[in-house]
Amino acid sequence: MLVGLLIIVPLIAGLLVFGTKGKAIRNIALGFSLVEFALSLVALLQYKHNPASSDLVLNCTWVESLGIHFAVGLDALSLLLVLLTTFLIPLIILSSFKIEYEKPNSFYGLILIMQMALVGVFTANDGFLFYVFWELALIPIYFICLLWGGENRGAITFKFFVYTLLGSLFMLVGLIYVYSHTGFETGIKSWAIADLYQAGRSLDVNQQSFVFWCIFLAFGIKMPIFPLHTWQPDTYVNAPTQGTMLLSGIMLKMGTFGLIKWLLPLTPLAMEKWGGVAIGLSVFGIIYASCIAIVQKDYKRLIAYSSIAHVGLIAAGILSCTQQGIQGGVMQMLAHGVNVVGLFLIADILLRHTGTRDIDKLGGIRSMNGNFAVLFLIIMLGSVALPLTNGFVGEFLLINGVYQYSAIAAAFAGLTVILGAVYMLRSYQSIMLGERKDSSIAFGSLAGSDKLVLYIICFVIVAFGVYPAPLNDLAEEGTKMIMQNLK
Amino acid sequence: MKGLLIISGLGILAMLAEIFKFKKVLYPLVLIGILAAYALGFTEWNSNYNIEMFSNMIRFDNVALAFSGVILATAFFWFILANDYFEKDHLTDHFALVLFALVGALMLTAFSNMTTLFLGIEILSIPMYVLAASRKRDLASNEAGFKYLIMGSFASGFLLFGIALIYGATGSFDLMAIRAYISHNGADLPAFFYAGVLLILVAMLFKVSAAPFHFWAPDVYEGSPTVITALMSTIVKTAAFAAFMRLFLVTFGGVNETWGIVLAVVIALSLVVSNITAATQQSVKRMLAYSSISHAAFMLMAILANNRGMASVSAILYYSLAYSIGSIAAFTVVYHVSKQESGSSNIEAFNGLAKRHPLMAVCMTVAMLSLAGIPVTSGFFAKYFVFSLLIGTSYNWLIILAILTSAVGVYYYFKVIIAMYFKAPAKEDGITIDSSHVVLLLLTTLFTIALGLVPNFVIEIFG
Repeated sequence: MLVGLLIIVPLIAGLLVFGTKGKAIRNIALGFSLVEFALSLVALLQYKHNPASSDLVLNCTWVESLGIHFAVGLDALSLLLVLLTTFLIPLIILSSFKIEYEKPNSFYGLILIMQMALVGVFTANDGFLFYVFWELALIPIYFICLLWGGENRGAITFKFFVYTLLGSLFMLVGLIYVYSHTGFETGIKSWAIADLYQAGRSLDVNQQSFVFWCIFLAFGIKMPIFPLHTWQPDTYVNAPTQGTMLLSGIMLKMGTFGLIKWLLPLTPLAMEKWGGVAIGLSVFGIIYASCIAIVQKDYKRLIAYSSIAHVGLIAAGILSCTQQGIQGGVMQMLAHGVNVVGLFLIADILLRHTGTRDIDKLGGIRSMNGNFAVLFLIIMLGSVALPLTNGFVGEFLLINGVYQYSAIAAAFAGLTVILGAVYMLRSYQSIMLGERKDSSIAFGSLAGSDKLVLYIICFVIVAFGVYPAPLNDLAEEGTKMIMQNLK
Repeated sequence: MKGLLIISGLGILAMLAEIFKFKKVLYPLVLIGILAAYALGFTEWNSNYNIEMFSNMIRFDNVALAFSGVILATAFFWFILANDYFEKDHLTDHFALVLFALVGALMLTAFSNMTTLFLGIEILSIPMYVLAASRKRDLASNEAGFKYLIMGSFASGFLLFGIALIYGATGSFDLMAIRAYISHNGADLPAFFYAGVLLILVAMLFKVSAAPFHFWAPDVYEGSPTVITALMSTIVKTAAFAAFMRLFLVTFGGVNETWGIVLAVVIALSLVVSNITAATQQSVKRMLAYSSISHAAFMLMAILANNRGMASVSAILYYSLAYSIGSIAAFTVVYHVSKQESGSSNIEAFNGLAKRHPLMAVCMTVAMLSLAGIPVTSGFFAKYFVFSLLIGTSYNWLIILAILTSAVGVYYYFKVIIAMYFKAPAKEDGITIDSSHVVLLLLTTLFTIALGLVPNFVIEIFG
């Protein structure tokens, strides 16, 4: 029942917020998102107490004759991602307090409805339901980018939408294909995840390859993986800051999460055959995106490319099909989600305070606001995965996992550490240190809400860097469950 | 069956209304009549009406009743949409024409003989020719009627020729007899029998406006008054598909090797031609005309998967319902927007509609999402059912093509959404619409979403 609440609360909250007017909307939205966060913490406690608790699963019939069920459930893996979602949404809402959006009721309503879809994606235990939530998540973010985005938003948002929709339709075909092979013994077709796993593994290698590429296309576009990434930089840059945070912080994880739960166990033979190609693409994407990030002038665009590099490493680790690789992928998903939201908030703060995000024009901000410089430094270090920050554990495990698959791939993937440090440190140096390049640019003290968000993020970065065990245990548990299905 | 009689009676009543001066009550009378026909359909469900009537000419089995239900429901919505269309001159004539077209549509759901098929098609088509040209002083409307008449007559000619050849080969007009003949003499059917099947196929493809027999559709759709276009793209289409299905799934199901590959090529052509052409249209009405060709192709895909029995039938039923409801909502908005712009339905006319009339913009958005096939709307399930019918057959390539062209489809549907929310309006003033149309928009929108949430009712209707 609890898991049902987790889905229904944001939906009701979103619809309520749609209907309200006035200044208090952002507070109402924040309140609801905090309630949702509290609910997810209750779920976590419940899970710790008894992982098989009936509160954590929900299974009702949706379309009987087609074997479609409204089946959702929380296991270790989905619990972690739900926690990430419910943790980030209040921060994302809080980070918008200093921005006056037109039609705030629609804006916050869409964010909350998006949260509903995201939680649905992470908890779905029915292939069809997974697809429905997957698509539902796309619609709010499309409107968020379209209505509150930057200059050229019409064309850019549209490209984003068509790209992802095309991918997901192929995923639908792949899933239907597997579905049509379910129920050989019973004669009853079913969308339940266990039945899909079984049916997927009963296919021969060519059939599995077809399914693999259909589904991989959808996940690859969502993450995005080279060469399917061309929608991403423009969309990230043009979306409103909160939209970018949703896209990079949470939505990107739909793709990597999908890889773990909906692709690896479905087509193990195809993984053996094509895993190398997919890892090759991911690793190439890491280096490609890092090199482009190094020469970026716009700080937001730089983070967008760094995101492609990070997610490339996550994908490579997961596709290596090793315990370390997948576990590292999960850990890095959590770390990246938190860090990238912090980085995008910093890009937004820079723009709001100085009127530009151009790295070349900024300089010497540390001398104007030392506090901000420290917070920025911590988030930046978390992002380059320094030991004792939250990014370290994941990245270490990821490279370890890729190494087990192929030493050469690991060598190239490992370059991300160096290249990441290059573009992150260089941009930090240019923006924060040295002399003021443009004397007209002033940088006052931070707004309270921004400060709060940055403090929370920094706290998380350090806390889970020093003591990652609670998350790591859950990630290990979730990975073991997946590994069982891979054998 | 009773529904058919009631609608026929209403048609005659409409003609008498001018003489006996009860024009004022005609409109409510028609609405009540449709509801009554609908309700009576329920009483006939699973009943003994499965037996043939008029010496095997017509048979209201459950499939026929279900499709009649879709047609009557759409007709009810359509009459609400068209309320001010009937306020002009020739009120009773228009009523009678629409009602007789409905009679033809209902016949097409239930025919069990080639002659009733032909009668149904003609009873449906002839009023439509007149209605297309019903804006007498408008050149485009006249052109539409004329084109529709010429092309439609051509198709009827093909149909008759086909029926004659089939009769020559099998010695019967009765669908069941023809089916039995095919299954008995499958191996040694004469060549002209196959020619007959293909001629009937061509005629039906004309009627559902599939490429390459679609050239009449955009001009006719654009030229006709908007409400008549709505009628054509919903009721006429549903009826044509009900007929198509009965012919090719039931009667000619045994010779699907003959028509299957032709149909597959037609579907592929329709998907490509319609979507690419629709993407280049400036007029939303014309865009909807081309998109209707693409939807026709999807429904044909369900017919192509002909070994799935009732699953195909319920998929087509669901698709036609989802498409009709979505279209009615879309055309309601197009109607009001083009009224503001003195008849033009160019995409620019939709600019800033979200500011001028938020409700219309939201309803149009849901309609576009449904037509584009985005969950949780009904249009998504419609496409899903079609995909799941075809997957694993030798027509996998059609699914891939359908997906690629759907992405193009998203382009033109979303062009409307972007215009409504994103572009600045040319005029700032709000739009006022009839309260009955507000109700209609809300109803169709709710229906679109509800059908997507609980597709069970329709998809499991045949048990």
